[in-house]
Amino acid sequence: MKYISEYRDADLVKKVIADIHSTATRDWVLMEICGGQTHAIVRHGLGQLLPAQIELVHGPGCPVCVTPLELIDKALAIAARPEVIFTSYGDMLRVPGSQRDLFSIRAEGGDVRVVYSPLDAIKIARENPEKQVVFFAIGFETTAPANAMSVVQAASLGLENFSLLVSHVRVPPAMHAILNSPHNRVQGFLAAGHVCAVMGYWEYPPIAQTYKVPIVVTGFEPLDIARGILETVKLLEVDRYEVTNAYSRAVTRAGNQAAQQVIDRVFEPCDRKWRGIGMIPESGWRLRPEYARFDAEQLFDVEAIQAEESPLCIAGEILQGLKKPHHCEAFGNPCTPENPLGATMVSTEGACAAYYRYGRLEHPA
Amino acid sequence: MCLGIPGKINSIYESDGLRMGKIDFGGVQREACLDYVPEAEIGDYVVVHVGFAISRLSEEEAQETLSLIREIMDIEEELGPEVENT
Repeated sequence: MKYISEYRDADLVKKVIADIHSTATRDWVLMEICGGQTHAIVRHGLGQLLPAQIELVHGPGCPVCVTPLELIDKALAIAARPEVIFTSYGDMLRVPGSQRDLFSIRAEGGDVRVVYSPLDAIKIARENPEKQVVFFAIGFETTAPANAMSVVQAASLGLENFSLLVSHVRVPPAMHAILNSPHNRVQGFLAAGHVCAVMGYWEYPPIAQTYKVPIVVTGFEPLDIARGILETVKLLEVDRYEVTNAYSRAVTRAGNQAAQQVIDRVFEPCDRKWRGIGMIPESGWRLRPEYARFDAEQLFDVEAIQAEESPLCIAGEILQGLKKPHHCEAFGNPCTPENPLGATMVSTEGACAAYYRYGRLEHPA
Repeated sequence: MCLGIPGKINSIYESDGLRMGKIDFGGVQREACLDYVPEAEIGDYVVVHVGFAISRLSEEEAQETLSLIREIMDIEEELGPEVENT
């Protein structure tokens, strides 16, 4: 397939990997922000091809993983109501709340439906005027344009039975939080290519300069990732703390301005709690007051739910790049994708699920 | 959710005020909203996330990236393998 197969060309990937070997003279710790990149790295075994000096740690860019437990419990409470059709991206269904998950709500008779796009949820709302259709609007900057447009569309269609349970998060505040941590080991970032396709990368130079970390906008195919690593290592080796773009076929500095405008029209920044990490100031988006009538949290009385995490799960440390999945005592037993203790074992973007699925247990610490 | 796959625009039409299109992902057809890529035309490749195209892929940039990497490869093949200092 065009724009895919040429970026999986083994000879080209090997060439770039060889360049990384000849470029790296010191030890460097890089973080790939995005869980999609984590899966590509583990799936293609890129970590094993790198020189011993380069360590990749996996970032918090898994929207399903960082959606706070309290909000999942709220989702479960709303989804259990008889007048509600609860719609969600498929990944969320198995994510454990304090007691249950959306699958078990469905098994108990709740109307929980997987949708591919929020526009599908709009369609369900139009077809079921007697029901309240709630869409679980989670995600980073990549899903925000779609989720925001669903609100604009619901308003223009005059829908009165459609609402969002919003849990949006943003990448740059999370990078600040990681770099500000006293335990931080990250020296350079592979920035998430598709987040940058939407938002551009104009927000990153102050981060690069303040914390002295190079940031390279990176795509998702093996060649893209290898090139992102090579560019980051090159910058680190000469002490240059710059932002560069190794994914220029999809990303411009300014990003997608049409998408940014609709996001800004519908959402406003807010403090947001990240599952496993805690509160990060200004790290989320919520609906603006003029769209309050589409806010499921306000429409349904689901405040003050006490949430409890599994004491065994170390997902928080994994999401901050402090530990790897196989450092967890529960990894593989009892925690598996079928019976997950934490969200990182569930999502197709979660680091634990990637390690479990592609069996990279032999990875050294 | 953030993976987003490149697909080719096969048709463009309007539906409920939104610019929509049929996108071909290696033989699989899917509908996507094209409101965020107003410059995209039939035949262009776009990255689609949760039913919305968020970026039109640049053929020139794609070719440049690949030729840059191939160029380095050719130079090193001509020069032969790096000899380590003894």
